[in-house]
Amino acid sequence: MAEYQNIFTRVQVTAPPYPGVPLPNDGSIGGRDGKPFLQHLIGKFGDAQIGPIYLGWTGVTSILFGFIAFEIIGLNMLASVGWNWIEFVRQLPWLALEPPPPSYGLGMPPLNQGGWWLIAGFFLTASVLLWWLRTYQRAKAHGMGPHISWAFGAAIWLYLVLGFFRPILMGSWGEAVPFGIFPHLDWTAAFSIRYGNLFYNPFHMLSIAFLYGATLLFAMHAATILAVSRYGGERELEQIVDRGTASERAALFWRWTMGFNATMESVHRWAWWFAILCPITGGIGILLTGTVVDNWYLWGIKHHIVAAYPQVWAAPTVDPSTLPGAAP
Amino acid sequence: MAMLSFERKYRVRGGTLLGGDLFDFWVGPFYVGFFGVTTAFFAALGTALIVYGASLGPTWNIWQISIAPPDLSYGLGIAPLAQGGLWQIITVCALGAFVSWALREVEICRKLGMGYHVPFAFSFAILAYFTLVVVRPVLLGAWGHGFPYGILSHLDWVSNTGYQYLHFHYNPAHMLAITFFFATTLALSLHGSLILSATNPRKGEPVKTAEHENTLFRDIIGYSIGALGIHRLGLFLALSAVFWSAVCIVISGPFWTHGWPQWWSWWLNLPVWG
Repeated sequence: MAEYQNIFTRVQVTAPPYPGVPLPNDGSIGGRDGKPFLQHLIGKFGDAQIGPIYLGWTGVTSILFGFIAFEIIGLNMLASVGWNWIEFVRQLPWLALEPPPPSYGLGMPPLNQGGWWLIAGFFLTASVLLWWLRTYQRAKAHGMGPHISWAFGAAIWLYLVLGFFRPILMGSWGEAVPFGIFPHLDWTAAFSIRYGNLFYNPFHMLSIAFLYGATLLFAMHAATILAVSRYGGERELEQIVDRGTASERAALFWRWTMGFNATMESVHRWAWWFAILCPITGGIGILLTGTVVDNWYLWGIKHHIVAAYPQVWAAPTVDPSTLPGAAP
Repeated sequence: MAMLSFERKYRVRGGTLLGGDLFDFWVGPFYVGFFGVTTAFFAALGTALIVYGASLGPTWNIWQISIAPPDLSYGLGIAPLAQGGLWQIITVCALGAFVSWALREVEICRKLGMGYHVPFAFSFAILAYFTLVVVRPVLLGAWGHGFPYGILSHLDWVSNTGYQYLHFHYNPAHMLAITFFFATTLALSLHGSLILSATNPRKGEPVKTAEHENTLFRDIIGYSIGALGIHRLGLFLALSAVFWSAVCIVISGPFWTHGWPQWWSWWLNLPVWG
């Protein structure tokens, strides 16, 4: 049992830092910034080389816009505590930049009534979209597939549903999520309660299943690869095009365990789909909430999925929607 | 028939932990072993008891079936079958099946000359389940604190237990667990994407190598953790998610009985604020 399980790199082989493959169009490594260097401690766990980075115009503008959004949010939070730095640090987890109140609809509110929130959201969205473009351009420049971009697009879908598509369908920016640590958690809890508990939302169920499923898959896959790393299993690209004993043992482990195995390539397709379906199904679930379905608990009753429990109270609880004054 | 083209040479005897050669054989693609027998026993018994429990209940609707733990009044005692006793035996069967499954994985690892990373990782999941249905109920003094076995009813349990602490998102261990779940899914999507984009390049391009993997990630974020490192990172993130999930529920009740938002008052009351 006391054998080495390849958790850390014990002997680091060092070579001059690698500037990266030449770009196919002109054979240069042009456009990359920063002098790459080796960091021994990082090399214990992963690759020791840090840098270079390719910025390009999308990278520069994305970072700039992201910084502007970050600053708007931070300065609004600082203003909310009277520009007191100590209170800013003390209350930081509670501070928020809130979207406009519902009365402004989809209009432009005054800056301190959610106007800053709209501007910060615009810059953050621009930053995210530019970063997406950057992932697409980089993959294209290297002649690689656009898989990172499509996966990133799935996350952007959820982000846009929360802050853009659903507020538009609901007719108010006030429906969107505030910026802030505890405030966005408060929003999540209030959203779930307002719409009758999101646990009864089938797309929420799917999203969580894919979140847990992705975590399970990564644990299985990463553990398998580490377990066959003594046979060179981490060299996955080579194993895919030229199957070696690492792939064979990894496959047989799961075949013997559960009667089924992926291949060195197909396990990454499973991984990719599980990971991207988490935000895709989650986004669908959010988009339907309040627009198509007003109460997921009642939806669950209607479709006979809500579990029945023994009656433990003397009188059944009155459905609040039947009380006088309840919205029709 | 059930064997892959390269499989025969890997089907060697030995590596068992218990039972010697007695159960050292395969059924179709499945390896059996002593722990395969115990897995099958516990899984079959547990499943049968769930079906029996469902037959005692009011519905055969798959979403609504629920096998509840005993009433709190039974404390840590044994309850009659129909009053939660079934839940107790099913829990024993589940733990028996999970542990047997993990030990069977160990035997398969030994047969194939692999490291023990997979059963080690699986043990974290078993630990989380054990925490939910044994550790926390024992600390709280009643099996009734376990969660019911049902598709929708276990969601109700999560929801109700969360609101007992007012707002579970403020539980710091829950924050860590969720962060690790999201981080794992992000890392998995990036890793899956990178491998697929290298082996499925643009039209007319040859399949890419590790140099491209590293260069693409250094181009985009300035760092590539490498082919070995990503699997270390992925395992760490995934196991951290499970570990902190177990922590976040076991501290709710046994160590903190108020609302979780109140827990953060220590931060607001630190003496450093003056």
